[in-house]
Amino acid sequence: MIAVDVRNLCKTYRVFRKQEGLWPSIKGLFHREHQPVHAVAGVSFQIERGEMVAFLGPNGAGKTTTLKLLAGLIYPTSGVATVLGYVPWQREIAYRRRFALVMGQKNQLWWDLPAQESFRLHKEIYRIDPTDFERRLDELTTLLEVKKLVGQPVRELSLGERMRMELIAALLHRPDVLLLDEPTIGLDVVSQRKVQDFLKQYQQEQRLTVLLTSHYMKDVQALCQRAIIINEGEIKHDGPLAQIVDRFSKFKVIELQFAGESLPGELDRFGEVFDVSFPRAKIRVPRNQVPEILSALLSAFPLEDVGVHDRPLEEAIAEMFTSTRATAPEPAAAVIP
Amino acid sequence: MLASAQTSWFILRTCISERLTYRADFAFATLVRFLPIVTQVFLWSAVYAGNETQRLNGYTYRNMVAYALLVMVGRAFSSMPGLAAGIARDVRDGTIKKYLTQPVDMLAYLFWARVAHKLVYYVVATGPFVLVFYLCRGYFEQTPDLITIAAFAYALALAFLIGFLMECLIGFISFWFLEVSSLIFIFMMINYFLSGHMVPLDWLPGLFQRWPAVQEIARQTMTCLPFQYLAYVPASILLGKLQGHDLAWQLAVGTGWVVLLLAANRLVFNRGVRRYSAFGG
Repeated sequence: MIAVDVRNLCKTYRVFRKQEGLWPSIKGLFHREHQPVHAVAGVSFQIERGEMVAFLGPNGAGKTTTLKLLAGLIYPTSGVATVLGYVPWQREIAYRRRFALVMGQKNQLWWDLPAQESFRLHKEIYRIDPTDFERRLDELTTLLEVKKLVGQPVRELSLGERMRMELIAALLHRPDVLLLDEPTIGLDVVSQRKVQDFLKQYQQEQRLTVLLTSHYMKDVQALCQRAIIINEGEIKHDGPLAQIVDRFSKFKVIELQFAGESLPGELDRFGEVFDVSFPRAKIRVPRNQVPEILSALLSAFPLEDVGVHDRPLEEAIAEMFTSTRATAPEPAAAVIP
Repeated sequence: MLASAQTSWFILRTCISERLTYRADFAFATLVRFLPIVTQVFLWSAVYAGNETQRLNGYTYRNMVAYALLVMVGRAFSSMPGLAAGIARDVRDGTIKKYLTQPVDMLAYLFWARVAHKLVYYVVATGPFVLVFYLCRGYFEQTPDLITIAAFAYALALAFLIGFLMECLIGFISFWFLEVSSLIFIFMMINYFLSGHMVPLDWLPGLFQRWPAVQEIARQTMTCLPFQYLAYVPASILLGKLQGHDLAWQLAVGTGWVVLLLAANRLVFNRGVRRYSAFGG
């Protein structure tokens, strides 16, 4: 059953274009030039109920705009979308009870009050049954390890603790759809891990439909099977996360551990050498030449250990974005001795 | 209906808790607001030059001090410090999204937050108000009857509602113009004159006495505008200047303004949300 259905969604902003300097500023008082910015340009995708999908792209790609459209915060220029059968920008109360939007760093809790008071207010606003509320609050605070902190003013909590409280506030009313925009932004590794573990467990238990944007690929890899990649307002990839590296990365990394006394010379004949720390070194090589280069390396040097890895997901995605913005030069073919 | 009342009660309760967080700052700000009344007494004393029987535009010195004291009460209900600027800030930095995504009516939410703000203010200010009015009891010439007191209370409720709705309306204009501080300044300036905060409204047409036609237009305009309900109308009721049919008409017009401003708020909010670009990430 489809939870989120987006078809040809477009959002164009009209942006004031100001030139640098005093005279253009004075001129701008009388006449302003505007230009259209196509933040989302004909985006289409569907998400099944209970699916957790990563929505990836560089800054300004249109991710957050799409989330805002699905949350009913802004109206589209054209196109249609339904979430749980509702048109988000009609902002029906029934729809608002069934989804939650969490934007990292954007506080919806009362800053000067303990989170407990915000939670109780949410209970009333979302008309949560008192018994259900107590049970859920207990369950969520336990899972996120913030049980002892709910009585502390929000302003006195660390960023990681505040983010976990935000998640609790967003989930208390048991939403069917959760829109998460950079939930781990600015968090330390421990807090990131806690939020990831919680989201994974909670989503699997509750069969929650989640659309997640994040610049942290560890979040994405830990949580999502499927990724939608958007750039310059258009979808560039929609499919299994695992396919991204195969599809977009033109390189693999060969990791070598040498047996000799020192690092052999002329390694760069085989590819781009990086991250050298004797006795280890890494070589970036074209994917289609891995067998030949590996065989050449094994016969050329005494090696203790060899590994072949895909490039990290973030590198593959970054490469893809770069290649869509400018025509990236083809990698120089390695010289196989 | 019951659930909605309970939600409103919780919003009110939470807002009261929040208002009580910074106790010292709040108590200080509340008490400092009484200082202007001292300057008002000295100012009018200088204007009347100690002649208590002299009448200026129908007001004796005692009438004027009593008017200034009652304006202070009216302003305690109608002034909405930070409301319009707060809405504009929420629109600018994206905080407004919580009102748009949660199943809550933003105007109702702001209303209960402002009721909480006022309630806490009254709790702190009641003591000083009683003391000031006790010390200044000699400036009041008559004890009002029950009907006048009831009409005064209704006028104060109108002052609160009209003040609230006018400020919200200005705040919602920030959906179009992100920065509304100049608009707020202009509003405050007009408000200062046309609410009767500076001098009683029946003084202002006198400025145009050389041009009778203009004077009449000014008088008619001022009696039609909603600003008078923010200070002048409540004060005039308790001073006995508005009675009988005039009083009933004035209160009916004030009620009409509440309905009109509420409709205008709904309209502007709904159109503003359509224009909203959800700034601030």
